[in-house]
Formats: sequence, structure tokens, C-alpha cells
Amino acid sequence: MIPSIPQPRFYKGIYTGYIALFFIYLSAPLIVVGVFAFNDSLFPSMPWEGATLKWFFGSEGPYIGIFNDSKLLESVGVSAFVALCVTLLSVTVGTCNAFLFERAQFPGKNLLYVVALSPLVIPGVILGISILVFSNAIANGVEETIGWDLDFLRPGLFLVIIGQFAFITTITTLVISARLRKFDISLEEAALNLGATRQAALWTITIPFLKPALVGAGIVAFLMSFENFNTTLMLVGSDAPLTIAMFDRLKQGSTPVLNALSLLLMIVSGGLALLSVFVQRDKNT
Amino acid sequence: MADQFDLECRDVVKKFDAFTAVDSISIAIPKGSFFSILGPSGCGKTTLLRMLAGFQAPTSGDILINGSSVLGVPPNRRPVNMVFQHLALFPMMNVAENVAYGLKRRGVDRSTIEKKVNDTLARVGLPDSGPKQISQLSGGQKQRIAIARCLVLEPAVLLLDEPLGALDLKLREHMKVELKQLQNEIGTTFVYITHDQSEALVMSDQVAVMNAGRFEQVGAPQDLYYSPQTAFVAGFVGESNRWKGTVGKTQGDQIVINLPTGGSVVASRVVHPELSEGQTVDVFVRPEAIAIDGQGKTDNAIGAKVENVLFNGAASSVQVRDSATGHEMTVALPQTGAFANLKAGDTVNLTWAAEQTRCFAKSEKQGAAA
Amino acid sequence: MTTSTGKAGAMRVGALLLAMPLLLWLFLLVILPHVDLLLVSLRERISYGKYEFSLINYIEFFVEPLYWNTYVRTAVMSLMATVLTLMIGFPVSYYIAKVMRGKGKNVLFLLCLIPFWVSELVRTFGWMILLRESGVISNFLQWAGIADGPIEMLYNDATIMVGLVYTSMLFMVVPLVSVLDSLDDSLIEAGYDLGGNAFTVTRDIVIPHAMPGIASGCIVVFMLTLGNYLTPNLLGGKDSLWFTEQIYTQFITRFNWESGSAFGFLLLVLSSLIVWIGLKLSRQTLSETVS
Repeated sequence: MIPSIPQPRFYKGIYTGYIALFFIYLSAPLIVVGVFAFNDSLFPSMPWEGATLKWFFGSEGPYIGIFNDSKLLESVGVSAFVALCVTLLSVTVGTCNAFLFERAQFPGKNLLYVVALSPLVIPGVILGISILVFSNAIANGVEETIGWDLDFLRPGLFLVIIGQFAFITTITTLVISARLRKFDISLEEAALNLGATRQAALWTITIPFLKPALVGAGIVAFLMSFENFNTTLMLVGSDAPLTIAMFDRLKQGSTPVLNALSLLLMIVSGGLALLSVFVQRDKNT
Repeated sequence: MADQFDLECRDVVKKFDAFTAVDSISIAIPKGSFFSILGPSGCGKTTLLRMLAGFQAPTSGDILINGSSVLGVPPNRRPVNMVFQHLALFPMMNVAENVAYGLKRRGVDRSTIEKKVNDTLARVGLPDSGPKQISQLSGGQKQRIAIARCLVLEPAVLLLDEPLGALDLKLREHMKVELKQLQNEIGTTFVYITHDQSEALVMSDQVAVMNAGRFEQVGAPQDLYYSPQTAFVAGFVGESNRWKGTVGKTQGDQIVINLPTGGSVVASRVVHPELSEGQTVDVFVRPEAIAIDGQGKTDNAIGAKVENVLFNGAASSVQVRDSATGHEMTVALPQTGAFANLKAGDTVNLTWAAEQTRCFAKSEKQGAAA
Repeated sequence: MTTSTGKAGAMRVGALLLAMPLLLWLFLLVILPHVDLLLVSLRERISYGKYEFSLINYIEFFVEPLYWNTYVRTAVMSLMATVLTLMIGFPVSYYIAKVMRGKGKNVLFLLCLIPFWVSELVRTFGWMILLRESGVISNFLQWAGIADGPIEMLYNDATIMVGLVYTSMLFMVVPLVSVLDSLDDSLIEAGYDLGGNAFTVTRDIVIPHAMPGIASGCIVVFMLTLGNYLTPNLLGGKDSLWFTEQIYTQFITRFNWESGSAFGFLLLVLSSLIVWIGLKLSRQTLSETVS
């Protein structure tokens, strides 16, 4: 059960074996994706045809490497742009929400809190179609009444950003609220007592205290946006973010260029994830 | 007149809905003194302190600092600084940045800040700790930094909200002495609130005992101990044996107080001219006023059986039971070691002078006396 | 926070300003779109631009066995995936939280997390490479002499299940580890000291303590599985029959938004209902579960 309680060796062995199996299950798909990025074959499958870097740097068809695949690269750019917008928006709004829920008292607070959590239990596809239907209704309404064609309310990047923002904000609100809850209000009082104005106390004491959570929430928001598929699928227009572009390629059957791209993504997002863990852990006291 | 006082409260009242936390408090604290407010938790002392600091506004009454009213002055503009209960040192800054914080808010230039910070750190005895992180400091050092952070601003009054509460016993004893010395050296007025009577008695020039939103008694520590004016003060400051009784006949300059169990206690008419026959009173006798098998005045004399010896070095005592009435009493053991062999079951003669018996007519407000 | 009375008015204005983004977000992006979704699902298109109130979209759903079957199948498989994820994830979480000590514990926990920072698409892609006819496992089985020829392991329900459980694992393990971490070792020791054994201590002490984590893990996993599109679509192929695919088909392929909205609303009702039942059974509330 726990180390202080002795257990039969046999039982311990089975338990450790189970944990080992679990981690093999966890890592196997990721390892094969990475390994097949180096397979000198037109398909990401067996047999192994020898190692190559063509799927990264190749420029002659059909061996187009990821660094020469303009369509995929473009979709990476689109995703990065969307993720950046979503991150900025959701961290800003999440911070406001955290202060509101942790500091202010107002009627209907509990109800609003539950509504603010609800995007967590709304399937992404449904969030996507509801925003699609609603924005379309507004766009049609505006067009019929005053004749303006609000193009940004039709499927496209704006709606993708809005749709992802709608549920990622719940996450950032939760992360930042959790940190704000740990804040000792007497630190702010001490700042006031030492002559700081309310704004100065906020900027010199509270915001620095929140910084790990702000950075952490930002990284999480960025990655969630970058990897989002369900909501994006329903709202996407002609500019395809990366997940959508990859999905289309996968359905058609692709060369190992997807493996190469996946490997790079794993490295970057793994690094970001580690960074977020360390940022949040470092100054937790 | 007002110039002699750094801090004055006039009829300050604070109500939270129906609950009155602070009930018409008036004090004037002389310049440069160490003033303590002593009271059990929930007596309103923290509320009073927070009103002085400006975190709460009084419902009525006036607060004056340096002779002028500070009602409506926000906390960041008041010339008082506060050492918080859990110190509230900023964890994201190092020691020097903590001490410099208030100066920076005032817009003092960099070189002056550096000089003042170094001076102040030296004054609290931590001259080289500037670059240290708060988490690297010991409890006592944190304490001193919290004080330095306030002193660097040269406040008219320093407010301290039970700052020793979080320290362990040994360090607390040490810090008491240190705080008192520090206050002596710098001469700033300290207003110190605590529920620990020993802190208040050891450090203060003056102590206000607070109960249920009111001051019971304001005076020097000696006054509180030797001549408490209310039952609450008698019970709260120092140890006491306590009975309920009825005032009986006066014989010469002695009054007999009859206890419901049949026994009686003798008090002095000189000390208690106000008592009249038939009155219900609370009777207090300090354990250290009672002599065991002694030769002193024997106005009160009781035979008792030892129930428990509570050996605690210099603060040792015995619990005894009055053989006649069955009352339990605590008696301090003299520090000479004369009764080192006393054990449970022994019988002893207890005596004390009539002047040592304190009586207080029962009033309607009875606090949580010890 | 308390200040002098003069500030109260300014504070109220500040709070109102602070509330604006929240209200805009919740009303424009969460509440109104879902109300609109409901309204759209309750109308029937008569001709171009003309609509009438009607229950036809819901009637269609109950009359057409394909929709109805897909709906039930999605719910049942999601429940199965949730239970499987809990059963596989609980021992692992317990191992990380209670058996491991010190640095190893953090490393193992991070190892658990890192795969999931990778896009679901990449993970599913990995399973495709492993399981397809020309994939790694098929080749391994032939090499080992267990199978005579290539085996196609994609495009069946078991494969969908493997993928769903894999994709959901993080959302089970994280809440479980954190809730088990907060269980004081001495409670387990006391359980043993008072004559318990591994089974009774787990049943009477560990599981009741872990209930909030179990509830929050199960709710999130169920919700994500129910709303999943990628995994059933890629691993299950044409016959995966997942309800989100029906919604997609109605919306994007057939451009029948009314019926798609009805389907979406039905899925939302299903997910809310099961989440609600789960909360009731485990005696949790949504607020407790996520914080």
C-alpha cells in the first residue's frame, strides 16, 4: 500500500510490472511517430527502409520535407497566430474574472461562477456549432436590416479564435483564481500601510505574486489552442490551422512528412509543458 | 496639549451590523511610550488597531495622529506603520527591497534609499542581510525586518499586531527583551496589541486591558497586577484563586466574606471601603500571596491537603484542597526549595494577609476571566 | 477588503468594469449561442428564408434508427471508456501519489503528463502506425510467428476504445494524483493498525477520500469522450458511428443546420444529464469538482 507497510514481494512485483506496462502503453504511439519520421519510405509504416532526413529537409517530390512544405508551414503560422490571440485574450479576461470571483461580493455570484465553469462540460463540437449558428444569425440579421456584410462573423479565423477563447478562458480563470486564493491579503494591506496607492499595491505586490500563474495559464492556453480540433473543425474557413490541415492529410494518407512535423511539435510542446511546470513550481512559496 | 500625544482616540465606536466590536474607547498615548492593549481574542483590539491604521473606519468618534484628525485619510497617507500579525513581508522581494518599499512609493531617490535602508538594517542588527531572500531568514530576523520596513519611514506611531504570536516560546522570550530595548533606543511610540499578559507586562510603559470592546483599566503594569480595579483585570492579569461570596460582618478593619460552602475569607476594610454587608462579590487571592506553614500575617488561615505538585522550576505550584470547605486552590511554591519534598497527600497550613484578598462587587458584565 | 467609506462607490464602479469581460464572455459566447442553438433546432425550413416552429428535427431523430442507435452507442461506449480509464488510471495514480517518494515521484508524474501535451492528432496518428495492416504490431506478430499474415487492427470498436482510453488518461490521472496526494499516510497506517488489510483499507479509506478526484476525473473523461471526433473518426473509419460525426455531417456536408442543432442539443442534454447523475451519485458539486 505505502512503503511503511510491508507487502509480499510477489505483489510488489506485479504492481511494478503493471506500472511499467502502463508507461509502455503511454509512450508507444509517440515513439513510433518519432521513429518513422526517419524512415526512408513513402509511407509512415513498416517495413523499415533505412534512416533518412528527407522528411525534414527534402525538396524533391515526392520527398518534400517539412521545411519545404509551404502548405503545412503556412498552417503552422495560422495556428500560432490563433493561439497567440487566444492566449492574450483568455489570460486577460481570466485575470479579471479571478479578481471578480475571489475579491468582489455581488448578487448572483455563485450562479455566474457555475455558468463560467460550464464550458468545461460542454463538448467542444457543440460549443463550435452553437457559436457558428449564433454568429451566423447575427450576421444575417445585420445584413437584412442595415445591409452590412459582417464577413468576420462567417466561418473563419475570427470565429476560431472566439470559439477557442470561449472555453480556454474557463481554464485560465481557474488557474489564476487558484493562485489568487493563496494570496495573503495582508500583503496588500502592508503595501498600503507603507504608503502605496491601491494601483501601486496591485502592480508591485499582487501582480508579481500572480506572475507564475499568469505565465502558466498563458502556456496552457497557447498549447490548448494550438492543439484544439473539435471546436476549430466547426468554425474553420479557408485558412486551415495546423490540426485541420494535418487531419485532411491523414485522411488522404500522407508521407512521413507528418511524422517529421509531429516530432517537431512534440519537442516544442514538451518543452513548453516542462517550462510551465517549472514556472509554477519555482516560486510557489 | 494635543502635542504631547502622538495618538489620541476620542469615543471611538465600531459596529458591525448589530455587533459592537469597539465601544467608545478614549485614549491618549504619550509621545515615545510603549503602549500595550491586552485582551482576550475577540475583545476588539484588532479592530481598534485596524482603525488606527486606516483599514477600517470608526462608526463614530475621532482618531487624531500628531494632533490632527485622520478620519477619511486612506491608510497609505497616514503617518503610522504597522507590523502585521504574520508580518506580511513581501515574498517576491529580498530584504533590502522590502525595507525600501515604502521609500520607493514616496519617490525618494535611489542613493538616499540605499543609505537609509542600510542604516535601518544596521539599527535592527542585521546590517548585511539586504540581498537575502525572505525565506532564508529565521523567525526572529523576519520580525526585525518587518519592524525595519516600518521604521525606515520614521512613522509617528508604530502599530504591532501580536507580532510574536508565531514564534516559539524561547524566541518569544528573547524578542520581548529585544523589542523593549529597540523601542528605548529609537524612541518611537509603539502601540502593541496582544493577548499574552506576559508580553504586555514585560515590555510596556502603559497597558490597557480590553474586554468586550471596552477598556477595563489603563495603567502601568504594576498597577494592573497589584491593584486591579475590576474582576476581569484581576482574573486576566496574573494567576488567581477565585471564589464567589457574600459580604458579612465588619470586625475592626477586617471584613468577613462568607462563602456558600460554609467557609469564610477575610478582607481588609482599608483596601475595600466600598463594600457593604449582603453584597455578592467575586473574591480573588493570588497563589503567590499565600504562605505555606509560614510566620507572616495570619488573617486567613486554612488547613489543606496537597492534591498535586506541579513542579515547573521557578514557577512551581501545588494544588490543594481546603480540608474544611473542599475548595480547590493553587498555591505558589517559594523558590528556596524549602518544600522540595512536598507530595500529594501531605497536609499544610495556608495563611495570607487580609490586604491580599481582592473583592469585586458582581456586575452585569463578566468577561472570560481566567 | 475594507477601506474607508468614501471608497465604496469607486469600488463598485471598479467591480462593474471588472465584470464587463466576464458578462460579455458568458452571454455572447456561452449563454446566447446555446439558446440560439435550441431555437434553431425547434424550427423547420419551409422555403428559402422562411421558417416555422416545429419538432420535426427531434421527431426525425427518434424515427430514424441510425441516429438513435448512434446516439445510444456513443453514450454506452463513452461510459465504458470512462470506467476503463478509471480502472487503468487509479492504480497508476495511487502508485505515483503514495508508493513513489521524492524526486522519482515528480519525474513519473511529469512522464504521465508530457505525452498529453502533444496534440491528440499526433497521438492518434501514432496508434494508426502501430495498428494498421502494415503497422508495427502486425509486423511484430508475423516476425514472432504468432500470425501468418498481416492483421488489420484498425477500424473496429476495440481499437476505438484503446484510443479513447489513451486520449482521456491525463484527465483521470491528474485529479486522482492530486487528491491521493492529499491523503495522509497515517490514515492508511491507522487503518492497518486497527486490523484492516489492503482491500478493506482501499475500500473504506482510500476510495472515500479520493471520491472528489474520481468524480472530477470521470466527468471530464466522459464529457471529452462523448464529444470526441478525431479518435473514432480516424481509428474507427467509416463504421465508427460516433454521434459527433452525425452532427458534422448535418452541418457541413448536408448543410441541414436545423437537424444538426437538434442533434447538438441532444448531445448536450445527454452529457449534462450523465454529468449531473454522476455528481449526485458521488455527492459532489460542479464547483467542488473543478477547484
